[in-house]
Amino acid sequence: MLDNEEFMLDTSPRELTQNPLKKIWMPCKNGHIAQRRVCTTNCPTLIVTVGLPARGKTYISKKLTRYLNWIGVPTKEFNVGQYRRECLKIYKSFEFFRPDNEEGLKIRRQCALAALNDVRQYLSVEGGQVAVFDATNTTRERRGTIVKFAEQNGFKVFFVESVCEDPDVIAQNIVQVKLGSPDYIHCNTEEAIEDFMKRIKCYESSYQPLDEVLDRDLSYIKIIDVGCRYLVNRVLDHVQSRIVYYLMNIHITPRSIYLCRHGESDLNIQGRIGGDSGLSPRGREYAKSLRKFIQDQNINDLKVWTSQMKRTIQTAESLGVPYEQWTSLNEINAGVCEEMMYEEIQENYPLEFALRDQDKYRYRYPKGESYEDLVQRLEPVMMELERQENVLVVCHQAVMRCLLAYFLDKTAEELPYLKCPLHTVLKLTPVAYGCKVESVCLGVDSVNTHRDRPEFVWDRGLHWIRENR
Amino acid sequence: MPRELTQNRIQKIWVPTKDEKPAPRRAAGAPHFANPPTVIVMVGLPARGKTYISKKLTRYLNWIGMPTKVFNVGEYRREAVKNYSSYDFFKPDNECAVKIRQQCALAALRDVKSYLKDEGGQVAVFDATNTTRERRDMILQFGSENNFKIFFIESVCDDPSVIESNIMEVKVSCPDYRDCNQTDAILDFQKRIECYKTSYQPLDPDQHDRDLSFIQVIDVGRRFLVNQIQDHIQSKIVYYLMNIHVQPRTIYLCRHGESTDNLEGRLGGDAGLSPRGKQFSSALARFVEEQQPTHLTVWTSQLCRSIQTAEHLGVPYEQWKALNEIDAGMCEEMTYDEVKEKFPEEFALRDEDKYYYRYPAGESYQDLVQRLEPVIMDLESQENVLVICHQAVMRCLLAYFLDKSAEEMPYLKCPLHTVLKLTPVAYGCKVESISLNVEAVNTHRDRPEEVRRGPGTLIRRNSVTPLTSPESNIKKPRIDDLDEAPIQELPPSVASLALCSPSHLPLTLAGQNLRRNSSGLRDVLQPCQ
Repeated sequence: MLDNEEFMLDTSPRELTQNPLKKIWMPCKNGHIAQRRVCTTNCPTLIVTVGLPARGKTYISKKLTRYLNWIGVPTKEFNVGQYRRECLKIYKSFEFFRPDNEEGLKIRRQCALAALNDVRQYLSVEGGQVAVFDATNTTRERRGTIVKFAEQNGFKVFFVESVCEDPDVIAQNIVQVKLGSPDYIHCNTEEAIEDFMKRIKCYESSYQPLDEVLDRDLSYIKIIDVGCRYLVNRVLDHVQSRIVYYLMNIHITPRSIYLCRHGESDLNIQGRIGGDSGLSPRGREYAKSLRKFIQDQNINDLKVWTSQMKRTIQTAESLGVPYEQWTSLNEINAGVCEEMMYEEIQENYPLEFALRDQDKYRYRYPKGESYEDLVQRLEPVMMELERQENVLVVCHQAVMRCLLAYFLDKTAEELPYLKCPLHTVLKLTPVAYGCKVESVCLGVDSVNTHRDRPEFVWDRGLHWIRENR
Repeated sequence: MPRELTQNRIQKIWVPTKDEKPAPRRAAGAPHFANPPTVIVMVGLPARGKTYISKKLTRYLNWIGMPTKVFNVGEYRREAVKNYSSYDFFKPDNECAVKIRQQCALAALRDVKSYLKDEGGQVAVFDATNTTRERRDMILQFGSENNFKIFFIESVCDDPSVIESNIMEVKVSCPDYRDCNQTDAILDFQKRIECYKTSYQPLDPDQHDRDLSFIQVIDVGRRFLVNQIQDHIQSKIVYYLMNIHVQPRTIYLCRHGESTDNLEGRLGGDAGLSPRGKQFSSALARFVEEQQPTHLTVWTSQLCRSIQTAEHLGVPYEQWKALNEIDAGMCEEMTYDEVKEKFPEEFALRDEDKYYYRYPAGESYQDLVQRLEPVIMDLESQENVLVICHQAVMRCLLAYFLDKSAEEMPYLKCPLHTVLKLTPVAYGCKVESISLNVEAVNTHRDRPEEVRRGPGTLIRRNSVTPLTSPESNIKKPRIDDLDEAPIQELPPSVASLALCSPSHLPLTLAGQNLRRNSSGLRDVLQPCQ
């Protein structure tokens, strides 16, 4: 909960208790605590995309939404095209988008308003922090309506305009994401492309790009030619500057990211968590297989990253290539439970054991970390991963789950239960709006360190209850 | 085949045992040193904040461990031309002066080359007007000959009030005008600016300069144009420039009130405040009220003692896990005596190299800097802030603001019950230390005298090694030339800035031998007849 109003408490200082799940100190009574959130803005932010069709607006919207949600900023995208598809049911042709099609204009306007209404609902009522309004928004008039709407509701507005005239890029976009759109379900490729090009034309005549002079009081970033150049105007707060930083670091050059854990370790075999042990014999086998696998993949200029724990470094040593050690890739710190077996934890810290099953994402080990903490410390790794091209990340179970959740857009709920077995490599390749995943098991046996979400958990009164999920 | 690993005793980093040729490791999350070095080239008319940006950026890059140095051509000019007479020197038709200025630029570039190639530097900031294409082409040529990346930072501003304010803050008191009164200085400086205006060719992203990597900072950060970012460090520089601002504001740093663990001399832990600690917190509340800051943001760590302190203020505060005290790992909650008894080797190692030393299963100051970087970035974008943190954390933050090196950082004095008030001024930071007059134990340990500094400990340098921004090549008071007046870098009026000027050489990197002589400036100059 975020407490942003200035207020003088009648009884300060308040008594503190430590929340048993997150190990956060908070005032005893019903006081709010302002825990560090990513963005500390008082008001929610409305991100508005601007640009002709096939300029990557939806790609940016989805990616940005995924990133913001991962770092803990509740974000949602509102794609006006989808509202239009809901309304129209059947798309006939580009004629719908002609500037002189009054009926079409009316429907499109209504769809935009419906979307804005849902935005208001999300930001003002449902606790959303950022809404991404994904549409062409190519006229100053439309943007003026949005700005007014935002003002009325106390939202900050940040425009993200994508400008691109490179015909190759546009053709690529059309092939990657437009051909498969529901609009063109009944068309063949040539027809679809032809129709879409005409659709773009419909927007071109009325397109008023964000202007240095006329729009000088708006907050925006103009992305030119897929990131060759950026124009950034009036960044208002830290969230906006982080969004700008993120947008400037992403690229669309094809590449693959390989995620895997270290080889099986001695502590793994004993069923103990954490610690800093070396590889078991099977772990060393795996490292050799990994070397072979990497060689077979024939990857161009592969970067290899490890944590600073012995088992990942030993794994990388087998590859015989340079690697970089990151402290941020270290496994989740289990605090007092380091090097224990789950049974020992259950015996020595039964309450902790129960709490962890209740909310595995937010649960923080005593004197240790939570998955939530992990994501915080992995953010710079993520940012650098976005900048890079082919990378192999040799890490740990909890860490790998966090990274995977980012790429596959998994929720905080799902994240701690993602399957990341030992001796298996996940190959991630960005495609269209998402990520293709190939799971490659390298055929070396190992223990299974995965614990499924339990069916029964303790409730507050320490009764067993069945999970309804 | 796979090499055996041993754990380095100080940093607790696993490295291949047979260490003749270590696997080319780069450090956590930092740009590779294997990459070509970068020359940042400032561009802009006088009084546009180029030197301000140069120094601030350099301080930031050094703090995160990128060896960076500023080369200010104006300083070279002051070396060459002992007495500044008037703006006539800068007139475009003053041939003699033009020649001198050209030679100064070349001398500075020679030093850049030496810094980046021989002295272990990674980034050089070439601070001059560089307002003509001709000059910039020369620099690009220099960059390509030496395999340096070039990144331009252009500051564009036509707001007369901003320019006037700059002139007042840093020009009027600069050595050039030490014999002038204020009005004359301002007039002369404005004429100096005019000299540059006619030949000024701003960067042109649409045509001429579209393949160059640069950022144009317009109207003190209201607007940015970013072109062709090549790599990680350029992207970080851009992010940093977008977060900083020049609004006057104050940063208050202090530790939590004295805790019960402090009383027992214990490290770390998560204890609550002692009675004196509570007293301090009330005193802090009164202090904050007296200061009357407009809209103060208060940050704490997630440790009880820091939050309890904030609770006394009666205002909203934000908890940051990143502000938690350094994790002493296996030594948590021990007293120093207990550590000495149970882990004598660790105890000794820490004194050998306190910055790099990582507690077993814990952290080092170096780790702290890494986790504090996002805090610094957010602090830069804030206005008035009070940070209630811990001893090691406060030392790291202070080192950033006061440009202290890795050597000095772990020994900075941050006593309990004392608030440090930091106010940005001119090119640095004014510091006021305010004791709130509540007794507390002293938790400071000075650098022990009889510490043996083994060579082995300095070999492995991970990236995050805060360095004090190196002194300029133009020496400050030279001992050997007694007949010349010493060049004063800092205006004497701002005496408390003494805290920010590095008083000694930064920590020497392996392979880096910083030379203190101004490299042959005299050789280059041929005074024209």
